[in-house]
Amino acid sequence: MTIAMSQATPADHPAGDADSFDPRAEGQRLIKDWYASLETANERGAPVANIFVMGNAIEILRAFDFELVFPEINSLQTGVRKTSEEYIRLSEDYGMSPDVCSYVKADVGLMLKKGEHPAGRIPRASLAVASNMCNTFVKWAEIWERWLKIPAFVLDLPGQRAAGWEVRPGDPQHMADSRWIEAQYRDLIDKCEAVTGRKLDLDRLAEVEERTNTMVRHWNNVMELNRHCPAPYNAMLDGLTFIGIMNVYRGAPEGVEYMRRLEEHLRAKVARGEGRVSDERFRLLFSGTPCYVSMRRLVELFEAWGGVFAYSDYLTFAAGGLDATDILYDTARPIESLAEVTALAAHRGLSHQFFAHERLAQQIKDYSADGVVFHGIKSCRFVSSGMADTREFITRRLDIPTLYIESDLIDPRYWSDAQIKNRVDAFFEALQQRGGPKRKHPHQGIGRPE
Amino acid sequence: MKYVAGVDVGSTQTKAVILDENRRIVARALVDMETSMTTVADDAFRAALAQAGIGEADVLYVAGTGYGRYNVTFGREQVTEITCHARGAVTLFPNTRTVIDIGGQDTKAIRVAPDGRVEDFTMNDKCAAGTGRFLGAASYALEMPLSDLGALALKSTNPVRITTTCTVFAESEIISHLAKGNLPEDVLMGVHRAIASRCASLAQRVGVVAEVTFTGGVSRNIAMVKLLEEELGVPLNVSPEAHFCGALGAALFAHDRAFAAEQTEEPAARAAAGGA
Repeated sequence: MTIAMSQATPADHPAGDADSFDPRAEGQRLIKDWYASLETANERGAPVANIFVMGNAIEILRAFDFELVFPEINSLQTGVRKTSEEYIRLSEDYGMSPDVCSYVKADVGLMLKKGEHPAGRIPRASLAVASNMCNTFVKWAEIWERWLKIPAFVLDLPGQRAAGWEVRPGDPQHMADSRWIEAQYRDLIDKCEAVTGRKLDLDRLAEVEERTNTMVRHWNNVMELNRHCPAPYNAMLDGLTFIGIMNVYRGAPEGVEYMRRLEEHLRAKVARGEGRVSDERFRLLFSGTPCYVSMRRLVELFEAWGGVFAYSDYLTFAAGGLDATDILYDTARPIESLAEVTALAAHRGLSHQFFAHERLAQQIKDYSADGVVFHGIKSCRFVSSGMADTREFITRRLDIPTLYIESDLIDPRYWSDAQIKNRVDAFFEALQQRGGPKRKHPHQGIGRPE
Repeated sequence: MKYVAGVDVGSTQTKAVILDENRRIVARALVDMETSMTTVADDAFRAALAQAGIGEADVLYVAGTGYGRYNVTFGREQVTEITCHARGAVTLFPNTRTVIDIGGQDTKAIRVAPDGRVEDFTMNDKCAAGTGRFLGAASYALEMPLSDLGALALKSTNPVRITTTCTVFAESEIISHLAKGNLPEDVLMGVHRAIASRCASLAQRVGVVAEVTFTGGVSRNIAMVKLLEEELGVPLNVSPEAHFCGALGAALFAHDRAFAAEQTEEPAARAAAGGA
C-alpha cells in the first residue's frame, strides 16, 4: 500500500494553528507530562510495563491501560539532561564493564538510585516486555527480572538473515513468522489479563491501532516534507523530539494530535520557504544512532557550515520500522495484523541492515543529499558494524562524500570535541573543494565561512 | 615581492612556511610546543619571517592549520590539516593519490583526487597507538633522541613483538623487554612494526592507491618509511619538506586567497621543495 502525501493532510482545523505550534516546546511538555504520570503510577495502582522502543507490542499494553516505561528513553534523557555520567559510573562502580552499552549502565545506575531520575521518579513495573530485536534487550530484561522481581516476557522475533533476501509483505516466510509472533502475542495477552485482572477489549485494541495508523501517516508525511529545500527541520535535532513523541505516545490521542499539528506546522514552513537554518548550504543524511549527550553540539558543528541533516535512518530504526509506508494495521484483524506488522518491522530492523547501502542510495536521491555522515558508537558495535562497507559503497560507487565519526549514545567520556570538530571541518572543506554547495553563496574560500 | 604564510599548530610542534608570489618556499620554521598555542604560533611565524628577511607587513595572507589552527590569531583563515596535507602532498608529488601523515598524536590516511582535493580520509580515533606518540614513549624508555630511533631499529636482527595496543602501556612493555635482555634495536623494531601495522590498516580503509606520499614528522624516520613500504607493497614518496607539508598546504590556500586571479600550476614550490 502506498500512502499519498494528501491522505493525512489536515483539513478542518483553524487557520493559524500551524503558526502557533512549537514542536519542540510541545514535545517537551508531552515528555514532562509522561514522566509526571509515571511518577504517580504506583500510588494510583496503575499497571506499569517496562518496554523497549523496538518490537514492543505497545498497542496491546495500551489497550490494557498500562503506564509505559521506556528504559532506553530514560537513559537517553539522562544524556540530554547531562547527568548520564553519574548513572553510568554508579553501574561501573558496581562492577559493570566499560564495554557494556551505556543505556544499560544508565538504567542499572537508575536502579541503584532506586528510580530517582532527573525527570522524576520511575515507577516499579508490574511486567516487562522485551524482544530479541537487540541481543542486549534479553540480558537487560534479565536484570529487571532478578533485581526488581518483575516478570519478563521475551518476544522471539524472527529475523531472516539469508544473503540477498528481503522480506515482502504477505510472502510465505513473512506469514509463517507472523503466526509465530501471533501465538506469542496471545500468550502476552493472557499475561496482561493476569496482571490487570481485565479481559482484552478487541475494539479498544483496534482503536489504539487506528491511532497508530494515523500517526504513521503523519510521520511519513513529516519525513517527506524534509525533501524540500530548504529542509524545514533538522532530522538529528528536531527529528529526535518528533521520534520521542512517536514512541512514547504511540497509539495515544496526544500522539495523534502532536503529529497532526507537526505536519501542519511543517507544511506551513515549507509553503513559506522557511528552512531550519537561514542559509542551507549542504544537505546531509545521518546514519547511525545519535550522541544524545552532545547532539546539540554536533548539530551546531554542522550547521555552522550551513549543513542540515535532511534525513536519518535512525528515524526509521528507532521507530521500530513503523515509518515504512506499507506498515499499517488492519484494524479488522487487530491481533493478527499486529503480528504481521511486528514481523515486518523485525525483518526491517534486523535483516535490512544488509541492505543499508541500497536504502541510503535511494535516500540520497530522495533528499538531494550532498553527503552522508556515519556515527559509530562505543555502546553498540552491532549497529556500527556494517558502516565501513556502507561508507565504502557510498563513497566509491556513488562518489558521494562521507564522514565517519565516533562517540557514544550517552557516555560523555567518548565525546572528543577537538577530534570531532576537526573531522567535521575537513568533511566540509572537501565538500567545498568539490564545487561547494549547489546553491550560490558569497563565501568562496576553503575554510569555514564567518 | 609579496608573500603568504601557513602555520601548522600541531600537538607536539608548530611549523610555519612562507611562500612568495610564485609559490616558492622562502622560509620555514619549526618550534616545539609550549604551554600557549597562541604564543608558539606567533613564535613560529616570526622565526620564518626572520629567516625570509621580511616583515609582517610583507605577508598578505596567513592561513592556520592543525589542532591549534584557531590559535593562529593573526591568521585570516583556518583549514584542517587533513585538507592541508593533501594539498601540500599533491604539490610536492603531483601523482599523489594517497597521503599518509603520521604526526605526534594523529595518524591520517587521505585519498586525494589529481587536483589535490580530499576524496576520503580516516584517522585514529580515541587512541594514540600507532602515532608519533608511540615513538615518543620508546624514546623516553630508551633514553634516546627521537631522531636516532629509526637508524637503530634497522640494525635489528631479531625483532620482538610489541603486543600492547596502548601507548601508555607500551613504555612498560619496552622496559620489560629490555629487562629480559632483548637488544634495544630489536625492541625498537618491534615498536616500529606495531606502528606501521596500525597505520597500514588505517590506510587500507580509504584504499591505498599509488602514488603514496608520506608526510608528517615521523616520515623522517627511515625505519618507518621502510616498514610502511613493506606493509603497503608500494614505494613511498618522502620529501625533505614532508614535515612541513601541512604548513605548506595552508600557505598554498593562503596564496589562493591572496592571489586569486592566478590559479595556475604550482611548479615553483615543487622545485624549491625538491619533490618529484
